[in-house]
This record gives sequence, structure tokens and C-alpha cells, in this order.
Amino acid sequence: MTFALEITGLRKVYRGGLEALKGLDLTVREGDFYALLGPNGAGKSTTIGIISSLVNKTEGQVRVFGYDLDTQINEVKQHIGLVPQEFNFNQFETVLQIVVNQAGYYGVPRDLAKERAKKYLTQLGLWEKRNDRARTLSGGMKRRLMIARALLHEPKLLILDEPTAGVDIELRRSMWDFLTRINKEGVTIILTTHYLEEAEMLCRHIGIIDKGQIIENTTMKSLLSKLNIETFVLDLAPVEKIPAITSATMRVIDDHTLEVDVAKSAGLNSVFSELTEQGCKVLSMRNKANRLEELFVTLVEQGRDRKESVTHGA
Amino acid sequence: MAHKMQNPIHFTALKTIWIKECTRFLRIWVQTLVPPAITMTLYFIIFGSLIGSRIGEMGGVSYMEFIVPGLIMMSVITNAYSNVASSFFSAKFQRNLEEMLVAPVSNITIILGYVGGGVARALLVAVIVTLVSGFFVDLSIQSFGLILLTVLLTATLFAMGGLLNAMFAKTFDDISIIPTFVLTPLTYLGGVFYSISLLPQFWQTVSQFNPIIYMVNGFRYGFIGVSDIAPAVAITVLLAFNVAFFLLAWWLLKRGTGTRT
Repeated sequence: MTFALEITGLRKVYRGGLEALKGLDLTVREGDFYALLGPNGAGKSTTIGIISSLVNKTEGQVRVFGYDLDTQINEVKQHIGLVPQEFNFNQFETVLQIVVNQAGYYGVPRDLAKERAKKYLTQLGLWEKRNDRARTLSGGMKRRLMIARALLHEPKLLILDEPTAGVDIELRRSMWDFLTRINKEGVTIILTTHYLEEAEMLCRHIGIIDKGQIIENTTMKSLLSKLNIETFVLDLAPVEKIPAITSATMRVIDDHTLEVDVAKSAGLNSVFSELTEQGCKVLSMRNKANRLEELFVTLVEQGRDRKESVTHGA
Repeated sequence: MAHKMQNPIHFTALKTIWIKECTRFLRIWVQTLVPPAITMTLYFIIFGSLIGSRIGEMGGVSYMEFIVPGLIMMSVITNAYSNVASSFFSAKFQRNLEEMLVAPVSNITIILGYVGGGVARALLVAVIVTLVSGFFVDLSIQSFGLILLTVLLTATLFAMGGLLNAMFAKTFDDISIIPTFVLTPLTYLGGVFYSISLLPQFWQTVSQFNPIIYMVNGFRYGFIGVSDIAPAVAITVLLAFNVAFFLLAWWLLKRGTGTRT
């Protein structure tokens, strides 16, 4: 199997002693759509910084499509397209100048770069803005410009550090469609995000990083299957007395809304039976869409508990 | 598809950086090309015409003819330095330097690209100032080769100086400290306005340690055929400084000083 990215024993100690990465191991298969999640300060951006050679590592090995970062840095760089978290283009240059110049740094001749610029700027809805200075673009356009810029040398691995931060829902969805399309065309994508819904919608594999280590690296499917409790929100017709439910954990939100946590194995029948017996009519029901968020918080907490018990044990 | 770039100098990338740099200073021509023309015109009028006519001859030529090469060189030094210092520091500050750092652009290519931009601006300013001087004096040329060589080596050296300054700079203030406290005094004391033979022996010896003396004199020799310093010595000193600055810039960029975490 070919790996787009193989990281082993990656450590980073910043000047001043902060150990941002503590022997991180990570593999991403070719063609994958991989989500790297973690709380703020977990080490996501440091990891991306090292892969894209903006941050010098302290220890460990990084290989991109089999090329070693230490000995084959040019090959590694050629295979990666980076979309950083913060806007880092020259605000005074035009959209076209920014993308064509970036292609030039990768050795793409100017004529070919212009051809590709037309292709990617059109796909990302920026071609009409090609002669506008970057500083005049909206936030969403700037994000798309960074994606176009990262694709001009047609990398096999695209790394996006929170690409949809501050982007409205409609635009976010169009960016998801675009990323899904290029992933299907063969580009491996690694994405960090704070929107867990985004990771759930797009990614096949997921890695959770906390305090400089990977605490979970699995398929999205198997991660979600770990959720054995689901939360439902029930809207009730007006009732005189708030009903009591014994077959599930219940929380009263207001006089006509309940939140119930139901074990997947238990099902919802008993909850409905109890409500019917007490004369309550359920008008509507919806699944509370924070399943992954809950799981994420649980995993991070479990990881920290494990570390603490190891530390205290020692 | 990946485009292989195995040579230490990546020509497509080099051309890209150079075009980007030239586009930058041409876009802001009011800030980059007009001021030297105005400043030098004032120097020509005040020092050359008004005061110069009272001074008489220096180095066997009229005072105006004597100071023109020095003033051209002064513009070259200032413009080469400030172009790279401000452009590289802005790229670092706005983080768009990362565009180059993530790409397979060698450190040598980055240095040559930025320095090339600084040299292009310096040469363009030199041409503008030379044209302006044409209104005040008929310039004679003794050795066009020496003029070209001196101006090129000087522009390259100060463009690299600006690059080094920008690498270490953490704030915009840091890129004006060296020009104000080092470059300006060295230039004014570098034989632009006077022949060092006018100085007492002690100060003549001290002046030998000012690298700008060699540049101004080498350049002046190319025009009027008179110099305080032998042209061969001037060129050797310039070459030595160029090599030293280049090696230092290359080493610092390789280490990631001021550019990588």
C-alpha cells in the first residue's frame, strides 16, 4: 500500500522548552480524505508546519509518497499543496499574480501556469476577480484563492489547515463539493477543522491529536460506531404536567421540549410507550447533531485521564 | 504533475521572484523612482551649481563633475538596500515569504531573486539620476566597463545588506536603524563630496576602512579617470565583501534565521 504521508516519532521542542509534539506517529493512505482534529494547542499546526517545512523538527521521520523530508526535501515539497490557516498572500498583488507566481516557485512555466490559473480560478469562482487586488476580496474569496494557489502545481497531497473558518454555510458547502471532487480525481486530502460536521461529511479517516500525540487514528465509520448513545430532542403538544421517563435519561428543556439520551441497543419504543401512557403527544423529533462533538470531547478527556493515571502511577 | 528542479538555481523560480520584485517597485514608482530624481536634482543645484562654483576644481575636474559619480553611487546604495530590506521584511511580516519556503525554491534562488530585484531598481535609479545630471554637466566616460562593474558589484552588495537587515529585523523600525545610523554616515564620509586626499593623514587611514570609499572611487575613476584608490583595489574589496555577504545570507537562510520556526 502506498502512503501519502508517514510520520514516525515526530518531536518538536520549541525554543523556551515547550514540547509541542511528543513522538507523534501518523499514516495517511494515498487517495484518502483525512481529518486531523484536536483542541487548540494540540499540535495540529506544528505537525502541518513540519510537513510543509516551515517548522524545523526536533526529531522523527516524515515521508511523503515515500520521499524523506530530510534527504529529498524538493520531492516532498513538489508533492504537497498547502492551504494555511491565515491569509499569507501579498494583499497588494492581484489574484492572477498570486497564483501564477506560486506556480513559478514550483518550476511551472508561466504559460502553463496561466492556463492552470484559468482552470482553477474558474472552478473556484474567482476568474472574474483575477485582476483585482487580493485585499479587495471578501473573506470567502480569500480562502478560495488560497486553495487555488495551492493547486497550481497540481500536488498529490493537499493539506488544508482550517480552510472553512469564518466562511458562510453556502460557501462552505460549495468548498466541500470542490474538495470532494478533487479527492475523487486522486488528490489525497488532509484537513484540520473545528467543524466536526465538516470532518464527518468529508473524511474517511480521522486522527485525533491532543497534547502532541495521536490519541485516535481510525475510520470515520468505526469512530462513529463507538457512539452507543444518541440524543433526541422531542417537541411535545402542551401538557399539564411534565412526564417522567424511566427507560432513558431525560432532561427538561422547557415546558414542551425534552431531551432524551437513548442507548442504541434500547431503541425508542419504550420511550414512546411511556409518553403515550402519560397522555403526552409527540409533535416532532430530531436527532441532536453533535454526536461527533460529544465523542471528540469524550476521547480527549479519556486520553488525558489515561495520561494522568500513568503519571500518577509512576 | 511535479516539475523537477534539481539544480541549485531554479531558473523558473528565479525569474518569478525577479519579475515579482520588479513589478513591486514599478507599481509604487512614486515612492521608489521619483524621490531619488528629486533629491539628486537638489544636490546638483545646491552642491554642484551654487556651492560648487565657489569651490572650483577637485581631482582635476569641476566640483560638479567630481560629485556626480558619487551622487549616482549614493542613489544606487540607498535604493538597492531599501528595496530588498523593505520587500523581504514585508514578505516576512505578511508571511507571504512562506509561499517560497513551502516550494522547492533553493535558498540561493531566493537570495538571487531578491538581490536581482534590488539591483534592477538601483540600476534604473542610476540611469534616471545620470540622465538628470545631464542637465547640469557634460559627463565624460573613461571606462564604461569599470563603471558597469563597480555599479553592479555595489548594487549587489547593498541589496544583500538589505536582505541581511530584513532577515534579522523584527519590526519595521529595525529596517531603518542600519540605513540611518550606519549607511548614511558611511556614505557621507565615503568620498562622495570630497577627495580623501583633503583629509589629515590620520583620517585618510581611517577612511580606508569605509567600504563605500572603494565603491565611490572605483565608479568615479570610470568617469573622470581620477581616483583616490586604485581601481583594481576597489574591485577586489567589492568582490570580497560581495562573497562574504552572500555566504552569510545563504547560511542564515539555510539555518532559517528570522524565516523559519
